[in-house]
Amino acid sequence: MIKYIFKRIFYSFLTLIILVALTFFMMRLLPGDPFIGQKAIPETTLKALNEKYGLDKPMWQQLLIYFGNVFRGDLGISIHYNRPVNDIIRQAFPYSFDLGIRALIFATVMGILLGIIAAVKRGTHWDTLSMFLAIIGVSVPGFIVGSLLQYFFALKLTQWTGIAFFPNTGWNGFAAKILPSFALSLSSLATVSRLMRTSMMDVLSQDYIKTAKSKGLSQKAIVWKHAVRNAIMPVITVLGPISAALLTGAFVVENIFAIPGMGKFFVYSIQTQDYTMISGTTLFYGAFLIIANLLVDLAYGFIDPRVKLSEVKE
Amino acid sequence: MDSKIKHIDKSQFERIGLDKSDIKTVSGQNTSYWKDAFRRLSMNKAAIAALVIIIIITLFSIFVPAFSPYTISEQHLGHTYAPLGFRDPTDGHMHLFGTDSLGRDIFTRVWYGGRISLFISFSAVLINFIIGIIYGGISGYAGGVVDNIMMRIIEIINGIPYLIIVILLMMVLPAGTMTMVIAYATVGWTGMARLVRGQIMSLKEQDYVVAAKVMGARPARIITKHLLPNTLSVVIVNITLSIPSAIFTEAFLSYIGLGVPVPLASWGTLANEGSRVFQMYPSQLIIPAICISLTMLSFNLLGDGLRDALDPRLRK
Repeated sequence: MIKYIFKRIFYSFLTLIILVALTFFMMRLLPGDPFIGQKAIPETTLKALNEKYGLDKPMWQQLLIYFGNVFRGDLGISIHYNRPVNDIIRQAFPYSFDLGIRALIFATVMGILLGIIAAVKRGTHWDTLSMFLAIIGVSVPGFIVGSLLQYFFALKLTQWTGIAFFPNTGWNGFAAKILPSFALSLSSLATVSRLMRTSMMDVLSQDYIKTAKSKGLSQKAIVWKHAVRNAIMPVITVLGPISAALLTGAFVVENIFAIPGMGKFFVYSIQTQDYTMISGTTLFYGAFLIIANLLVDLAYGFIDPRVKLSEVKE
Repeated sequence: MDSKIKHIDKSQFERIGLDKSDIKTVSGQNTSYWKDAFRRLSMNKAAIAALVIIIIITLFSIFVPAFSPYTISEQHLGHTYAPLGFRDPTDGHMHLFGTDSLGRDIFTRVWYGGRISLFISFSAVLINFIIGIIYGGISGYAGGVVDNIMMRIIEIINGIPYLIIVILLMMVLPAGTMTMVIAYATVGWTGMARLVRGQIMSLKEQDYVVAAKVMGARPARIITKHLLPNTLSVVIVNITLSIPSAIFTEAFLSYIGLGVPVPLASWGTLANEGSRVFQMYPSQLIIPAICISLTMLSFNLLGDGLRDALDPRLRK
């Protein structure tokens, strides 16, 4: 167990280092120059700028300095905003995190419920309906869902009824948070419900469910006490990939609803070729997700004793 | 009571022999695995409908841009933002899906966009398939240290969110259709490789593989003749289900401004352009959105249908 934990942590760390190096080299390979695009800069100023940002040193030194900075938690200064990247993340990430957590909770809870209904009422209209919703959720990208929701529920609904149920944009107040969270969560909700249905059907055909049935337990007790608890396990494993999908999905949802989160900064920094901002955001998200995955994996081992962690192999 | 048993003469019996026609009535017709799978697939109405939709969309994407009277970048500044089914009374221009901000015909652009989007996703998935089957095949067949190292590499690639790698790659490479394919294929093959490896691992312990080995078959022959054909069904399902993911990635990247460069159009870039004028002219977003969603939906349904049809273990 301990051996597995250390091994898992070691791999996460290795992944992180590779991500840092990868980001660094990608940024250096980028065509264009961060100082181009503004007015013509005199030679001496350009030299001073290069010196200030350490761009005049040999590549390997830059890499080492970069590693040192990153592991001290310093992501550099945004070339475009002329502010520390840490500052920007500290200011913007809480919005994205808030949005992501809301979407995550909604997706997991609703997805699990839909999956249970579909499995218990297998073959009925309930099953068809929830699986239809699930496949729609997988098939319609979040930015389309977001735009449509905004159009019909924020714009048209207000025009028809004269009452603004949902504001068009922004992140103030509960009503403003409903549409973006829902738009972001839909695809994850679909993933969870499909997985939950399969897992639930698998559990419901197990012998111990038959035993519970034959000793006269009610359907309700069987489903909630015996089946759901066991069926929920595989859902935990997809929480890692789902949080990745939610974080990247938030890029576009934040843009649609004009939420002042990381997405806006990230997309904008791509357009302005803001080296440090892009690499900083990438690293921050990468590290966030690597740690999330690690925690999910470890939690899975603790929750489900059948998983012998030391023997886990794909 | 003794010897009352009547002697039965042999002549009372008639030898019937083996009647071939009887056997047929008992056992039914012989069907191959693929025929059987196809029969099961054809009973799945949703999957067949999906297949028909995919074929229609593909044909439209191939032929509409070729036969359309307009090109994708031809501007008609006389009638910009034309509504659906617009017909200009002065010059007789017909625009089935209307025109955009520069008066370009959306019908032509949508199907041209379909060409680009489908080309990107099909080629990306094809590359994933080739890399995945080679990598997974080697890893699964070799086992031991080689397998361990190869799987650790995949684990590290998978540890980083794929969209982040794709975004980084898209920024470094020059913009273009092939860049999109390369960026997606760089990270997309790991799923296929894992799948193939898992299949090969379990198949190589099967008796018929051991028999082939005992008879002196070379690894290349065992892999190509025995192992890969048996992973085919799982691989086909995976290919079908990874096309929607490629279409989504293309649309997502175009939407955040990393799509194909301007004179070209894909469903993602059309959706991006449409979303800017969405509140005034909703059809400009809704049309590419329907194309993206319908294609993804069809491939998902077809993939599900294929999985049910090809995997006998899931037979109800």
